[in-house]
Amino acid sequence: MSEEETMLADMARGFLDGAAPVSKFRQMRDAGETFDRALWKEMADMGWAGVLVPEDAGGSDMGFAAANIIAREMGKTLAVSPFLSSAVIAATALKHVSDTRARDALAKIAAGDMTYALAVDEGVKFDPEGTAMEAKADGNGFRLNGKKQFVVDGALADRLLVLARTENGLTLFDIPADRAGIERNASNMIDARDVARINFDNVEATGGDVLGAVDNAMDVLKPALQAGQAALAAEMSGLSAGAFGMTVEYLKERKQFGIEIGRFQALQHRAAHLWCEIEVTASAILNAGRKLDDDPENAGLAVSLAKARATDTAKLAVIEGVQMHGGIGMTDAFDMGFYMKRARVGAEWLGDYSYHAEKVAAARGF
Amino acid sequence: MTVNSRDEFRAELRAWLEENCPQEMRDGGMTEDSICWGGKNWVFTSEAQKLWLERCAAKGYTVPTWPVEYGGAGLTREQEKVFHEEMEAINARSPLQSFGIWMLGPALLHFGSHAQKLHYLPPIARGEIRWCQGYSEPGAGSDLANVQTKGEDKGDHWLVNGQKIWTSYADRADWIFALVRTDKDAPKHKGISFLLCDMEQEGVETRPIKMISGISPFCETFFTDAKIPKEQIVGTENRGWDVAKYLLTHEREMISGGGAGLSGGGRALGAVIADTVEEMDVTLRADAMRCEIDALAIGLTLERYKDQSEAGQGAGDASAMLKYMGTELNKQRHELMMSAGGSDALEWDGPLGNRAGDWLRTKANSIEGGTSEVMLSIVSRRVLGLPA
Repeated sequence: MSEEETMLADMARGFLDGAAPVSKFRQMRDAGETFDRALWKEMADMGWAGVLVPEDAGGSDMGFAAANIIAREMGKTLAVSPFLSSAVIAATALKHVSDTRARDALAKIAAGDMTYALAVDEGVKFDPEGTAMEAKADGNGFRLNGKKQFVVDGALADRLLVLARTENGLTLFDIPADRAGIERNASNMIDARDVARINFDNVEATGGDVLGAVDNAMDVLKPALQAGQAALAAEMSGLSAGAFGMTVEYLKERKQFGIEIGRFQALQHRAAHLWCEIEVTASAILNAGRKLDDDPENAGLAVSLAKARATDTAKLAVIEGVQMHGGIGMTDAFDMGFYMKRARVGAEWLGDYSYHAEKVAAARGF
Repeated sequence: MTVNSRDEFRAELRAWLEENCPQEMRDGGMTEDSICWGGKNWVFTSEAQKLWLERCAAKGYTVPTWPVEYGGAGLTREQEKVFHEEMEAINARSPLQSFGIWMLGPALLHFGSHAQKLHYLPPIARGEIRWCQGYSEPGAGSDLANVQTKGEDKGDHWLVNGQKIWTSYADRADWIFALVRTDKDAPKHKGISFLLCDMEQEGVETRPIKMISGISPFCETFFTDAKIPKEQIVGTENRGWDVAKYLLTHEREMISGGGAGLSGGGRALGAVIADTVEEMDVTLRADAMRCEIDALAIGLTLERYKDQSEAGQGAGDASAMLKYMGTELNKQRHELMMSAGGSDALEWDGPLGNRAGDWLRTKANSIEGGTSEVMLSIVSRRVLGLPA
């Protein structure tokens, strides 16, 4: 990492340790809250909500590598925010559209005044190309009918990016979440975050609601997905580091048979192996951020590599985290379980290991 | 380096390569037979191989980052990247490989006197002297600091007696760098010296060991009253362990990238497998994908640590991580290659060439230069700070 990046990470860590430690997440979980608007406003004031928004639209325009650094720090303390959905995914999509409406939306995202959720999934696995939900032409506009699930930040978002099938392809719609015919049901998620199942019953959409071109959703959606996948990978790498840090501390403190359990070679080698995996995954994530900043057209391989590695490493980190903590790791009063649940949700969101492994294989010629 | 000067360097280099790299040397050189090891007894496999070595050596391109006065080209890390990219672009063979380049060179650059650097480094760069490594002994494997080969102080020289084992290619090497106990009363890490020894002299004998892979890259080397002049010590007397450890971090980084095509340019495992099997079954394909993902990520990690080295941060203890991850991956990769080859891969020199031999050879990767278990212990103690 460059000096600037290290400074950003230090600053982010300082803020999150104070304003959004794991105990804050626990409070929210216990209170059944999935969004803290005041906290998001504070993040916006620091330029995080506008991390990808151009400066002339009020953003800090720090780029993808910087977004990954922020996401990684958020992962360490399980900070709850619409950062990925709004500041990364929606902002990237909107940036690929050059009209005043998109520009206004970007400004509102950067200010922390408007949040977005991406509604793509219809089945249990991420498969944007397989989208079945219909947007039938109707007069000058469209009528949306169908169901979406696993819409992250979807129950509380102000607006929705909805992927639907039009006559000759897929189209991305940008509509307010309270439009007539939209019914949102919050899912009771294992990680206690905002996720919704959404029904669209003859929802009206105009040509102006289309983001990008009709039948060409991927021009806008693909870069947005890649940005989201990379940032999610970064968040998961932070999550791995958070869980790992707790585990190593525990190995140094916990005594059994009269000595610290960290003296047992069986545990030492497993902890060392996990550290190696975390280091290797960190390289893939750094690479994805740089590639998105420098050569976004060809970032697909780097992004899928990062998401696949991050998924795998986070899984190992939380499994080892619970196992090495023993019984205490299984209790709700202890934080490790939070990391395990978030890792499982992150594993599925925006494409699981198999999905991204296939992308890597395709890019590598087999 | 500015973009302009980088582009300029690239253009010059490209033109030089175009003019100077013989066509026969543009086949990637992935097989054992294509490697040029150099040394007094080296027999070039072709006129092109000789020419390619000479031309590269004249430009310092056998050791691109070494200082010019020691036979290198004095390239920065960034220029070195460009160098490798351009070499890969024309599929050029490496002009020279050797333990002198990978191991002794970095140690001499760090610990050697100016006179030693001037004396020993240029012949390494030109491929004139081939070195081997005298580290392990029958009783000093993972416990390397337990070396018992002893050097008696005889005023102007040490009289050396003892046995080394796993001395790779000792039977073809001209000189050996060896760990010798020069103070038997000191604690085990504090009585070792790092000595350089001409293998042509009396009292140095070597014998190849036949390995499970059918070949004999490793040897036993015996010292019987061998005389090593005092000026052939690197670093301080009895502080050879510092040199040994430093050299090991370089050896580990080298081994970590070896063979698996990790430093870019390597073909994807799945693509290689697809050459031999018409339709990959699901399990093999899934394993190959995982292996490919890990290979790419480990390759990026090697690059990341190399970048840090130039910024003066060195891989240090993290070289243990690179070595562990790289070698375990390489073993896995060759397991999959065997699986893809099926019964064709089970014959020595069969339809798939030496695939079985290569597979067996990789089993040493996680042993040589420090076992995987030693690497994990290093990470656990020095990186994680877990109690011993």
